[in-house]
Amino acid sequence: MSNMNGHEHNGNGNGEMTLFLKIWRQKCCSEKGKMCEYTVKGISPDISFLEMLDILNQDLIKRGEEPVVFDHDCREGICGACSLVINGIPHGPEVLTTTCQLHMRKFKDGDTIVIEPFRAKAFPVIRDLMVDRVALDEIITSGGYISANTGAAPEANSIPVRQENAELSMDAAACVGCGACVAACNNASAMLFVGAKVSHLGLLPQGEIEGRERVYNMVKKMDELGFGNCTNEAECEAVCPKGIKLSNIARLNRQFALSSFLKKDDGGLKQEWN
Amino acid sequence: MTDINSNSNSNSNSNSNSSSKLDSKIPSGPIEKKWDEHRFNLKLVNPANKRKYNVIIVGTGLAGASAAASLGELGYNVQVFCLQDSPRRAHSIAAQGGINAAKSYQNDGDSIWRLFYDTVKGGDYRAREANVYRLAQVSNNIIDQCAAQGVPFARDYSGYLANRSFGGAQVSRTFYARGQTGQQLLIGAYQALMRQRNDKKVKLYTRREMLDVIIIDGKARGILVRNLITGKIERYVADAVILATGGYGNSYFLSTNAMCSNGSAIWRAHKRGAFFANPCFTQIHPTCIPMSGDHQSKLTLMSESLRNDGRVWVPARAGDKRPANQIPESERDYYLERIYPSFGNLVPRDVASRNAKLQCDAGKGVGSTGLAVFLDFAHAIKRDGEDKIRARYGNLFEMYERITAENPYKNPMRIYPAVHYTMGGLWVDYNLMSTIPGLFVLGEANFSDHGANRLGASALMQGLADGYFVIPYTIGDYLARLNTSSTSEKIDTNNTSFANSEKELNEEIRKLMSVGSRGKKTTTEFHRELGKIMWSNVGMSRSEGTLKSALTEIPRLREEFWKDVKITGKGDDLNVELEHALRLRDFLELNELMTRDALERKESCGGHFRDESQTKDNEALRDDENFCHVAAWEYTGEGKMPIRHKEELKFENVHLSQRSYK
Ligand SMILES: Cc1cc2nc3c(=O)[nH]c(=O)nc-3n(C[C@H](O)[C@H](O)[C@H](O)COP(=O)(O)OP(=O)(O)OC[C@H]3O[C@@H](n4cnc5c(N)ncnc54)[C@H](O)[C@@H]3O)c2cc1C
Ligand code: SF4
Ligand code: FES
Repeated sequence: MSNMNGHEHNGNGNGEMTLFLKIWRQKCCSEKGKMCEYTVKGISPDISFLEMLDILNQDLIKRGEEPVVFDHDCREGICGACSLVINGIPHGPEVLTTTCQLHMRKFKDGDTIVIEPFRAKAFPVIRDLMVDRVALDEIITSGGYISANTGAAPEANSIPVRQENAELSMDAAACVGCGACVAACNNASAMLFVGAKVSHLGLLPQGEIEGRERVYNMVKKMDELGFGNCTNEAECEAVCPKGIKLSNIARLNRQFALSSFLKKDDGGLKQEWN
Repeated sequence: MTDINSNSNSNSNSNSNSSSKLDSKIPSGPIEKKWDEHRFNLKLVNPANKRKYNVIIVGTGLAGASAAASLGELGYNVQVFCLQDSPRRAHSIAAQGGINAAKSYQNDGDSIWRLFYDTVKGGDYRAREANVYRLAQVSNNIIDQCAAQGVPFARDYSGYLANRSFGGAQVSRTFYARGQTGQQLLIGAYQALMRQRNDKKVKLYTRREMLDVIIIDGKARGILVRNLITGKIERYVADAVILATGGYGNSYFLSTNAMCSNGSAIWRAHKRGAFFANPCFTQIHPTCIPMSGDHQSKLTLMSESLRNDGRVWVPARAGDKRPANQIPESERDYYLERIYPSFGNLVPRDVASRNAKLQCDAGKGVGSTGLAVFLDFAHAIKRDGEDKIRARYGNLFEMYERITAENPYKNPMRIYPAVHYTMGGLWVDYNLMSTIPGLFVLGEANFSDHGANRLGASALMQGLADGYFVIPYTIGDYLARLNTSSTSEKIDTNNTSFANSEKELNEEIRKLMSVGSRGKKTTTEFHRELGKIMWSNVGMSRSEGTLKSALTEIPRLREEFWKDVKITGKGDDLNVELEHALRLRDFLELNELMTRDALERKESCGGHFRDESQTKDNEALRDDENFCHVAAWEYTGEGKMPIRHKEELKFENVHLSQRSYK
């Protein structure tokens, strides 16, 4: 039985669940994958989703089978490594929550849970539930920074920042680079991710100066890497574990329009961005 | 230098001598001038020559990423390695509370000197004065640098930077970006690194695990890594190698560290000749979410900044199991405020942790396990309103609720200490170079600045100080002195040292896989068992008895591991179990050294609490006469006793005294 809320202590030991898992298994990106079925028993509602997969993996290993591979590291919702599409939703059913912070109390005894990798052209499957999200790093490499060499910085308080801007910038900077927005989007667009970076840096006086080049270079890279354009479906915002808002895409679009003069000599973009 | 323990059954004795093998290279002169003068005396590599030098950096946390960005900007060819799929996911990302600096923006009496003093005192006088002073000096540059990179630090309405307080200090000097300071600082460093990547100064190798350092003619000249996707061993050559691979807190299995944090890189370097300093200095953080069950994979920290507004208490009467809201004020014991009136809830971590343990040992622990104390925000919420508290700690409260399904705005949090940080690490000199020439160690992986206890918000400071402001100077001096005829253009990966090490490594992997195909116990089971041995014997308090018992249990477990570990899959393929087994193989050795070091250090200091050495009020009792030194261990071969060297610590600026937070 699930213990949705209000129980006094964690680790209360009762309400253990049996769950039926359908998990995508795939050896590598060039081989075909398939759904495999597993049953896990004795799952406490207080453990995390990944701990539930740990239990499954321990069973598999003991039986001499290869464990299900998935990315994870901090298990605190901050590193952005964990992914998974759980019952059709990137990061699963709990809003504003990464997979590693999803707890089993969100499920009921006897539930069937379908677990798939993030799917997008730009995110090839490496194995099972692990995908390659290097494309997001490529976008940042193309311009997601402020060019401040070490040692060249002025005294920090010499450039005051409006508190409101600092807060909005921080809202956007909270992006963990997980790629759920891409996985949720019908067009596999990375606009929310890029918009978050444009806002984080562009809202600060330090980042304004390179603003136009930054936007243009990142959009161009996104275009090259095969991410789709944004058609305002807002799926990305709905699944983003860090609450990154669509308004960041609007800010991106405004800045991108201003950067249009840069489009001249570099062969232009494959798709129409706006 | 003496062999302290030539016979493994002998009782420990700690009269190892100061070692001629350890030259800390601390510059002479007054402490305020040491770093400036040292920098002036360092040799420089001329700008046109920098591109001739290759530097390997292992790790992309704050220390590694900041070093990579800075060295790339200077013009060196940098190759960077990390375990995760992206450098941005290094464990530094998880730091919550903040970063210290001596800006004194609050006009509350802070200064470089005070930050220096607090850090030396907080470390219970087991850190090097000169290093700590330098750290305090560059702390201000770090804030400038990060603000320029676009780190969205918290600000006042005026637009100027805001501060909060942290344990072990009576001034407000901690800069923060909500509860995500590590994330924001790391993203700053990561972006600077990616900018150098765009300029082709930095080459990035992700999902790689370094498994050996290559030494040629006595100098570090390369590394072997396992490609975690293909399982293949790869060779990389350079003129200098920097390790910034973080701490080894996962030696306890359960800790606040990320799942893949490990000790392998520094342990492998140790086995190749780098001395390991103060391995037993471990920090147990007072405010973590208590353990709940057997399947727990890690522990979650609740930032120390919560102690600014939260009050720690337990029921005054042992065995009182009433819910918090039914225990009246008069029957509560706010023990930190009672015992330490001047620092109260803001005592340093080691003190707060040990006191929580003492309360629980006395039967006053709360929650179903009795292994927790309350951290209560009721007073703060009454005073400032729920909104203000939400603005300050909202994300931490949410995280707490998500994990425990309890609402901390209504009920006090339950917290308990957990392994968090390792002050010990590879020994480095003032230039951050280990005892292997050309092998530098930065960040949590080295031992240098925190003595026996690290103050909150100072690991981020140290990682960035090392990477942005120390290594760019000191590595230049090393490279400028390298005989140019021996630079990596001449030495390549066909060198026999690479071949030999690779052969050893492949043999080790083959052996593991062959045991693994027949074994029965999983790596997780072994790791959990190892963690239990460590937590109960080498944990918050240690005694000769517990340490000696760990010294028999660890080797026993290690032997069992090599006979019965279960590993599925293949050696030369993506294999998560093998990765874990390789890390565990190293913990099973490293933990023995931690234990041995704890046994040899018969005094208590900071996080190292020996039951035999305490004051009548249960405070750590140092023994400055016999232990005012760094213990640096030398590896002497498989199955042989390591040698304990001493670097004497001299305190010329801060007076050695019994720490008091009363
Ligand atoms: C939950 C939590 C909260 C914290 N909060 C604070 C705080 O508020 N303030 C503060 O000052 N400190 C805090 N700390 C401590 C601080 O975060 C760390 O000490 C610091 O970030 C360590 O940085 P680092 O660069 O040395 O290593 P890490 O960030 O740990 O990075 C290690 C890097 O090395 C790589 N690596 C490791 N081994 C290998 C290998 N064999 N091969 C290849 N790559 C390897 C990893 O991939 C990673 O990139 C906190 C720590 C934790 C756990
Ligand atoms: S915008 Fe949200 S969903 Fe997209 S990468 Fe960032 S955190 Fe993940
Ligand atoms: S594992 Fe780090 S965010 Fe989930």
